Amino acid sequence: MAAELQQENKLAKLIGNFLVSRLSLADLQHLAAKKKVPVHKHSLWYYMGGITMIYFAVQVVTGILLMVYYVPEINAAHASILKINSQIDFGWFIRSLHSWGSTLMILSAAVHLFSSFFMRAYRQPREITWWAGLVLMILCLAFGFTGYLLPWDDLSFFATKVGLDITAKAPLVGGLLGPLLKGGNMISQATISRFFGIHVAILPLTLISLLAVHLMLVQSHGMSEPAAFADTPPEKRRYEPFFPDFFFKDMLVWILALNVLFVLVVLFPWGVGPEANPFAPAPIGIKPEWYFLGAFQFLKLIPPMVGPIEGELFGILAMSLVGLGFLIMPFIDNGSQRRRALLATIYGVAVVLGLIFLSIWGALS
Amino acid sequence: MRTALGTVAVLWGGVALYPIYRYLAPRPDTSDDETQVTSVEVCKLSELPKNSGKNFRFGSFPALLIHTEDDGLHAFKAVCTHLGCTVQYRGDIQRIFCACHGGQYDPTTGKNIAGPPPKPLDSLKVAVVNDQVVVSRA
Ligand code: HEM
Ligand code: FES
Repeated sequence: MAAELQQENKLAKLIGNFLVSRLSLADLQHLAAKKKVPVHKHSLWYYMGGITMIYFAVQVVTGILLMVYYVPEINAAHASILKINSQIDFGWFIRSLHSWGSTLMILSAAVHLFSSFFMRAYRQPREITWWAGLVLMILCLAFGFTGYLLPWDDLSFFATKVGLDITAKAPLVGGLLGPLLKGGNMISQATISRFFGIHVAILPLTLISLLAVHLMLVQSHGMSEPAAFADTPPEKRRYEPFFPDFFFKDMLVWILALNVLFVLVVLFPWGVGPEANPFAPAPIGIKPEWYFLGAFQFLKLIPPMVGPIEGELFGILAMSLVGLGFLIMPFIDNGSQRRRALLATIYGVAVVLGLIFLSIWGALS
Repeated sequence: MRTALGTVAVLWGGVALYPIYRYLAPRPDTSDDETQVTSVEVCKLSELPKNSGKNFRFGSFPALLIHTEDDGLHAFKAVCTHLGCTVQYRGDIQRIFCACHGGQYDPTTGKNIAGPPPKPLDSLKVAVVNDQVVVSRA
């Protein structure tokens, strides 16, 4: 028995050594060992990117499974969702995982974005990591927007209508992009086909490539350290190695994140509305998904004309300006002056509060 | 050498992108006979009580017929001038209402009177022929 075990161990070692040498795993081990994670009272936020990633992995797996039964055709799409929900074994489960997964992925991405912002992780040398992150956030929202049309129910129809009208009115790119996305003068088969292609091919490829850049940069810069931590004397600063310490904690957090998803899926399976009818009026009380509620409420509040410009255009410009603030923040708050840091904090707090306030207002009205 | 390579790259990129753009650009619908619709029989007048409205399809776009409290008949293209949702008539407030952002229009003229819509609704012509309500392009 003992001899057998020893034999097995030997074999495992042999295979291990073979893999390590042939795949140059030593480099990887070195890389993993080099990375260390600062330990301080805000360390919690270092998990948010990882949580977003695990939710994305769920989206990829469940999305591919949904493609087996989903039919991107105007007369069949809604029926195929009904079939997934009621006839296919565990169809409701896969679909609810995908729908709730999208919500949680967007939520964790947003928390990740704002926590990096408040830790001032956009400062030199991490500007590109920060910009890549902003684009990743936009890609997440684009995933949500394109996926929402696919079930072809009444809400998805009008959500797409409004979203595409906003796109078409955007300055500069709108005139080109609007018709390309819609594929005709009304939302139809052409729109479903385009959204499907974007949702299942273009966005995943783009997101995965950009994520690779994002992660490589994180690896090469190491974790950012909040000022309070960086200013403490070196002997008081604590770090833990990324591998294995932080990595195992990461996995624990992932299991927690997946549990949250499973609980939501089982307690609140995702529903489907009645099939879209392009000639019926928008249902009273119609609302977008929570992550667009802020923008939705904002659009409701703007009067038809703001001074000389149309209300919609004003709204689009105002929202772009808020985004622009995040884009240029690395130049504004570059760490040189306290005043600039304060400005960044005020800006971030204002955006978060504004967003939460508008979203709650939108949800209640 | 660098400039030559750069020029070739730009030219080649342009040559590749143009067909892709044209491939994706929607075709102007000329042959689509649905867009040629000039009039629609919506319903019998007796089926549409006062202070109510009916949404219907007019060719490629949604339309709305309203029988007002003062016995007027009015029809409009039911596409909200704000962000394109389909509007409906609401008897309780006696106005045309858009559920998307709460825009409101006057049911006789189609004028935008509340909420975000910037322009009035496009109106259509209504006639009653042997109790049938017929709506046609204005
Ligand atoms: C490789 C990745 C993905 C694939 C192959 C994929 C595939 C699909 C398919 C086939 C559907 C239609 C079935 C249905 O409506 O339930 C769908 C719907 C949807 N997807 Fe994805 N997806 C992917 C990633 C994502 C991501 C990352 C998000 C969001 C962050 C997302 C959000 C949505 C939403 C909101 C719906 C509508 C859900 C519903 O109401 O049923 N997807 N996706
Ligand atoms: S689309 Fe009608 S009010 Fe916005």
